Amino acid sequence: MIGFILFFAWLGFGGDYIWALSSTHHPFPWLGILLTVVAVVTAWYAYKTGPEKVLWATGAHELTDPQTDAERQVVNVVEEMAIAAGVPRPRIWIVPDDDPNAFATGHDPMDSHIAVTQGLLKICNRDELQAVIGHELGHVKNLDVRLMTTLAALVGAVLLVRDGMGRVMGRGRLGRDSGRRAKDAGPLVAILLALWVISWLIAPLVTQLLALAVSRRREYLADDMSAQFTRNPLALASALEKIESAAAPTESIKRGAAHLCICDPLGRRLTNKEGWLADTLATHPPMAMRISRLKGMGYAQLKKEGGSSTSFAPA
Amino acid sequence: MWVLLILIVVVGLWVVSAYNGLISLKNQTVNAFKQIDVQLKRRHDLIPNLVNAVKGAMDFEKSTLEAVIQARNQAVKVNASGPEGIKQISQAENALSGALSRLLVTVERYPDLKATGNISQLQEELTSTENRIAFARQLYNDTATQYNTKQQQFPTTLVAGLAHAEKTDLWEIEDQAERAVPQVDLSSR
Repeated sequence: MIGFILFFAWLGFGGDYIWALSSTHHPFPWLGILLTVVAVVTAWYAYKTGPEKVLWATGAHELTDPQTDAERQVVNVVEEMAIAAGVPRPRIWIVPDDDPNAFATGHDPMDSHIAVTQGLLKICNRDELQAVIGHELGHVKNLDVRLMTTLAALVGAVLLVRDGMGRVMGRGRLGRDSGRRAKDAGPLVAILLALWVISWLIAPLVTQLLALAVSRRREYLADDMSAQFTRNPLALASALEKIESAAAPTESIKRGAAHLCICDPLGRRLTNKEGWLADTLATHPPMAMRISRLKGMGYAQLKKEGGSSTSFAPA
Repeated sequence: MWVLLILIVVVGLWVVSAYNGLISLKNQTVNAFKQIDVQLKRRHDLIPNLVNAVKGAMDFEKSTLEAVIQARNQAVKVNASGPEGIKQISQAENALSGALSRLLVTVERYPDLKATGNISQLQEELTSTENRIAFARQLYNDTATQYNTKQQQFPTTLVAGLAHAEKTDLWEIEDQAERAVPQVDLSSR
């Protein structure tokens, strides 16, 4: 968040500085101030309204008065897992979608939301549902929800600002003249200018890559937390297998919220590949790797007789 | 001179942070124990409902029901003694767990019974309650282990006395009682 604001300040004030060096009639750093204000406002707005936006975008409705057996079971399972995690019970939302998926959002453990699709309730048994909810509560307890919900909003904001500024600069004289002037003013300005232009070009890319890197590491951590809460990593492994085999894209979950979900809702093939490109660009680690990790944990636990041991330290 | 001063400040800061860490773990342990209590109360309140629901349909399983009621009353009585009696409480609750799981398996064996009215709903409630207790216990044991380890480890052990940190008992699980195979009496059928 702070990095995001500083980055925008550099984009703004850097531009002003270069402009000031290369021309004489530009006393006031309006660009820098404007952009910093924009960054602060977007960041604050993203933080405040993120969870509502995400939930609203998926068309979820809150489960306050459970009627059917399945609904009662979700409420019970969430309450059980909240006890295991030692956090207050999050609010529960149902997404009307037949594809199995789940995500968590919110600001902190005191104010968090967990959403599951109807498809998930249909295909998972009690243990598997428990494991999936454990994974989501792992995100809540690690404060991933705040980070990731805010990132979801910021990625959108950066793209928007970049497009807007690109249009302004294309029309203005800065784009045409400053290169020549910079050369007159000396190599320092030229280097600064080059750096500045490059920053502009890669701004959206950097924000997005950041979101992805954070997201992938957090998935593994949340898998571990789920295993720690339920003491049953094999249940999560089998839930992930079920979710994966129902590979249809989750239509009601949009691109911006993809990294919040338990598995990539877009059904992208990238998620299933390993290697450098997938490592850099996918929102989730390869499913096969997550499953084999969990199975490894499960068998190690079975070996240690009974499985009631407290062998899972949080990673 | 300066080196000495810096050393004192560093050590002082460490003492403060270690002390605070221990106190915070201590309170977390107490809180985790309270959570078990809350869930046990829930179980005690649920059992009369359950027994009433199956009573009519289960005249032939009187002894199983009696065992549950008795274990419940015993647990309620012991529970009033507070955290000091953790060993007794866990014993009474383990007995109740055993009686309850026998009842659950018994209900499972009579499909007719399962189909009637709100038995399946009660069953879900009971499963959930048992899970809640198990998870609350797990959280308590995890937190207490962390607390015990922290106060025994080398540098922190020096301030353990200052923070009045004492080793807390874990909530033992008696596998024998919980996993006892239920005896279903089919003779009176």
